[in-house]
Amino acid sequence: MACTLAVPGRGVTLDVLGQRARPLTLASERSLPVLAALVPLVPDGGLPRGSSVEVSGPGATSLALALATGATAAGSWTVVVGAPDLGLVAAAEGGLPLARVVMVAPPPPERWGTVVAALVESVEVVLVRPAGRVRATEARRLAALLRGRGGVLVRLPGPGSWPEPSDIVLRTTAPDWRGAVPPTQADGAGRLRARRLVVTATGRRRAARPRRVELWLPGPDGLPALVHQPAPARVDEPGAIEAVVAEAG
Amino acid sequence: MATGESWAERTLVARVADWPVLAAGHDSDEPVLMVHANRVTAVSAAARASGAAVGLRRREAQRRCPDAVLVASDPARDARVFEPLAAALDSVTPRINLSRPGQVAFATLGPSRYHGGDAALGERVVEVLAAALPRPAVVWVGVADGAFTAALASRPSRPEHPLAGPTGAVRVVAVGEAAAFLAPWPVSAAAAHLATPAGEEVADVLARLGLRTLGALADLAPGDVLGRFGPDGALLHRLARGLDPRPLSARRPAPELAVEVELDPPVERVDALAFRAVALADDLHSRLARDGLACLRLGIEVETEHGEQRRRSWRHEGGLSAAGVAERARWQLDGWLNGPAVDRPTAGVTRLRLDPEEVTAARGRQLGFWGGETRIDEGAARALARVAALLGTDAVTVPELGGGRGPADRVRTVPAAAADITSDRVLHPPGAAGPWPGRLPPPSPALVFADPAPVQLADGDGRPVVVDGRGHITAPPARLGHHLVVGWAGPWPADERWWDPDRARRRARVQVVLADGTAHLLALEQGTWYLEATYD
Repeated sequence: MACTLAVPGRGVTLDVLGQRARPLTLASERSLPVLAALVPLVPDGGLPRGSSVEVSGPGATSLALALATGATAAGSWTVVVGAPDLGLVAAAEGGLPLARVVMVAPPPPERWGTVVAALVESVEVVLVRPAGRVRATEARRLAALLRGRGGVLVRLPGPGSWPEPSDIVLRTTAPDWRGAVPPTQADGAGRLRARRLVVTATGRRRAARPRRVELWLPGPDGLPALVHQPAPARVDEPGAIEAVVAEAG
Repeated sequence: MATGESWAERTLVARVADWPVLAAGHDSDEPVLMVHANRVTAVSAAARASGAAVGLRRREAQRRCPDAVLVASDPARDARVFEPLAAALDSVTPRINLSRPGQVAFATLGPSRYHGGDAALGERVVEVLAAALPRPAVVWVGVADGAFTAALASRPSRPEHPLAGPTGAVRVVAVGEAAAFLAPWPVSAAAAHLATPAGEEVADVLARLGLRTLGALADLAPGDVLGRFGPDGALLHRLARGLDPRPLSARRPAPELAVEVELDPPVERVDALAFRAVALADDLHSRLARDGLACLRLGIEVETEHGEQRRRSWRHEGGLSAAGVAERARWQLDGWLNGPAVDRPTAGVTRLRLDPEEVTAARGRQLGFWGGETRIDEGAARALARVAALLGTDAVTVPELGGGRGPADRVRTVPAAAADITSDRVLHPPGAAGPWPGRLPPPSPALVFADPAPVQLADGDGRPVVVDGRGHITAPPARLGHHLVVGWAGPWPADERWWDPDRARRRARVQVVLADGTAHLLALEQGTWYLEATYD
């Protein structure tokens, strides 16, 4: 085989050989699956492997959990570093399989980089909330590891800060909870049922095109849903939402 | 002696009372609570006297003992401060085993003859340890057949120790009396000695079957216990009868399995050494696993550039995992390199050696024949083991859904090392599903605070909002601190554990939506509202 290809430049020959031997990469190998409701927020319908995602705004924690749900349901592992207050019951209600979720206590600052790097190397979804400023060298090392290993790093909102913005930036605005009653009503005969949110996505490279989506997070059945879809029937249960909407209007 | 069945090595166990408190630099008569992850891990004698106990939540322990000093628990510090004491005991016998910081065990056969009997040896040990203690504390010593009986004999209990003195107490259980001494102790004590999840599970089953004491367990026929409860039950049964948990035939030294690494240039920093130890521990563990062995006693040895040699043995009755080996190596290295200046090696470490001194047949996890574990799972498990070695095994946890009403009660986390994370885990322990009146309906809050902050909740006229004993709210809430409340729901009263006066809590919860669109869960307890969770 080497003989038939042994034409002028040896480097060129090897390139040709490389092209022939290169396996096809499937879309699923370049991105991690996300829930259907979040597809409009991410490029090419999935979380690009090797990218970092930042969530902020009211409802950011729910959004981060929802982002991890698609990949974890498909068999990936999710590790949460430094966020012991994450509501795991809420995560389970949103469909996140807790059997593949691991919580890591906040590491001391001098070990933070080592711990997150060790996890990014072998775990596909890592949710982090740094307690302080992340050093530029640490951030560069993590970015390189992410690209090499194909995981996704989700930055939770918190006291820490990062030296540079992430590849995908998701911001939530205009949260609107349904199901509670106004303070003018003396009996609290309701309960929080669903929340409407506006999520805007910006970013770099493949995620550069800005996107804007209105979401139910959580929806009336606990799962995230797109707002333009007709809301499921359960919303109309015991006089909840219509009453609020009418009074608010 | 070689009959195996009736032989348990005569052992001395010495224990310093409330060692973690001492190691943290506090006296036992100060009220001190050692906490980890919001749970109390150790208390001083003074704090215990006012009702604090190991295992309580921090807030509850603080309520019982309000003037207590809070100290973060740190096993590495416990081990480091203990190293000079272990070194002092080298003058009594060279064969010391550390089972955990604050507790040592050694075989008394030779030393006892030299010092003139078990009691005299025990008093000598009390004397040596008392002289080496960083601050005054009580040293408890037990001598008995087998490490388990000796460990129980070293516990303070009634009847009072026959040889109690101001600095310590020695209790000697005569040869052949072990089974009689053990009979009244609960089965859970034996499970705690083994320190394996399987052992605790069997002890739990035995207790529910009505076999609560070691005496009751010892009365069963060995064959029946093995047949019904498997090897873990048989281990407990052997302990209950005062026998060595593993017959002699199951223990053997394995010199050819030792692993070591030459360090060039010499290493002086603990973290750098600990990092090498993690790799070494992995190597050791895979060698042992290849031969189907688990390590019961581990020797850790270093040699410095100046030719100094240090060696110390650690033992664990349940068999050490790779993370366990790495953790003990880290503790020990920390003890040597950061200990008092007189004991510290004078040069960098050039050789690190891990030596499995005693091994037994491993009954650990086997990989599923049909490939239940995927490559990704294995990689994730390895990364988590590495993180656990860096941060301590308690730092890596997996969630388990439990019963309860509040958002914080409904999920608990267990150390990943204690759960088999690579197989399909059962996330709901029995009883978790069952009816919980007062439980909040979904959706649940996405942020649940471990330490809820007190907040002011007022009605439209600025008066505090209160929920009465019948679950009626005085007025709808209108303000949370400075924030305007635009929506609310509730209250959900919960009368928790009313049957247990120590743990009973009465609470009422409300949901509030603020003007900025955020929603929170508030809990009223004893007249104060707490921000328990946020629907983020």
